[in-house]
Amino acid sequence: MDKVYHLEAPLSIEDIECLKIGDMVDVSGYIYTARDAAHQRFLKLIKEGKELPIPIEGQIIYYVGPTPAPPGKVIGAAGATTSYRMDPYSPALLEMGLKGMIGKGRRSNEVKEAMVKYKAIYMASVGGAAALMSRSIKEASVVAYEEMGPEAVMKLKVEKMPAIVVNDIFGNDLYNEGKKKYRIN
Amino acid sequence: MRQISTRTIIDRIKDSAMRLNFELKEDVLSSLKDALDNEESQVGKEILNQLIENAGIARHDMIPICQDTGLAIIIAEMGQEVCIVGGDLRSAFEEGIRQGYKEGYLRNSVCHPFTRENTGDNTPIIVHFDMVPGDRLKLWFAAKGGGSENMSRLFMLPPSAGWVGVKEKIVQTVEEAGPNPCPPTIIGVGIGGSFEQSALLAQKALFRPLGTLNPDSELVKMEDEVLEEINKTGIGPQGLGGRITSLAVHILMMPCHISSLPLAIDIQCHASRYTEIIF
Ligand code: SF4
Repeated sequence: MDKVYHLEAPLSIEDIECLKIGDMVDVSGYIYTARDAAHQRFLKLIKEGKELPIPIEGQIIYYVGPTPAPPGKVIGAAGATTSYRMDPYSPALLEMGLKGMIGKGRRSNEVKEAMVKYKAIYMASVGGAAALMSRSIKEASVVAYEEMGPEAVMKLKVEKMPAIVVNDIFGNDLYNEGKKKYRIN
Repeated sequence: MRQISTRTIIDRIKDSAMRLNFELKEDVLSSLKDALDNEESQVGKEILNQLIENAGIARHDMIPICQDTGLAIIIAEMGQEVCIVGGDLRSAFEEGIRQGYKEGYLRNSVCHPFTRENTGDNTPIIVHFDMVPGDRLKLWFAAKGGGSENMSRLFMLPPSAGWVGVKEKIVQTVEEAGPNPCPPTIIGVGIGGSFEQSALLAQKALFRPLGTLNPDSELVKMEDEVLEEINKTGIGPQGLGGRITSLAVHILMMPCHISSLPLAIDIQCHASRYTEIIF
């Protein structure tokens, strides 16, 4: 690829306003993991007006349920899970200032609209490239819901985790544009 | 009668469960490398490169290729002259899985359909038995991920649909799956038989190494035709646009009821994990 954009999490609006769909990025800094069960709990807390176990403003959430860490390793295989399961919960987090999501697969129109409105991006990491992702994770600690096993919420320190911008703050969607571009009729 | 002990079976299954998850099969790896030459999209090329690199890291670090280490499926062909000693066969399979998933730090991905409570040891597994002549026990053992399995479909078509109707359904299924099964995918197709047999055929079709020809020349042509159509959709690696949506289409076919045309489409992601074990 010609250019790789470096992102340092947490993010500011300046970090992402120049990014367009199809851009390759690598993410460093601290990010959080959450799958649907954790999102469900987040939303319940928001509705009850309670504090969430992780900060949201400027943060990146990675949708992942890793394999158990073998001895001597920080984490097991840690590739992205399918994102649509998080769709019902994401708009509320975007409203609170979430700036980035990493997963795989299409997002709902509600999520896409919220990304434009609150200025946030969605990135895909390559599904099934779980060993590669795991190598860019330098530290991992459970910060909430330990009892949920692979669904627990973790704080990760990542270094150059590769991802591709799929939805930018301008409302573009690489799943649509990419397919259109290469379709042969 | 030839005796085979459950102890040997447990050990082989255990080792295979780990090896399958750490080592991407050679045929898949070389197919991904070939795909690099044919992919026009830059993003697509980058994805293929990442998958190739991923396979190297997984093998070297002995960590799974994919975090979804799968539901275990065993298709067993039991020779009529084989006698299993030391316990029952199904329990031996499950014990092998239990040990392999634990020792290999693989993810337990089996749960109650409604409560979603994890069974904790990746069992029960799915077993299909068949009796064959001879004194061997042959197992096809696959670890199947949920993302691609969820996109698989079965249709009972009207016989008038014919080959054209079948082709349309396969391409439509791949289109609807889009990015979800982690393309590039391998498409297993079962045509004919009965409702459940077509699904088994589709699964067995996936047990042919990539890059090998279908022994049935009629099917060779059909496979090429469907693959070409699929790769015109533009879905591409990971659904982000490109030439390589699927690496191959593999078809198995058998006669069916005069009033039916069963069609099963088993979508397998690039993390194709299966092995043949012969005792
Ligand atoms: S579809 Fe395959 S590669 Fe993708 S996450 Fe599931 S098992 Fe892994």
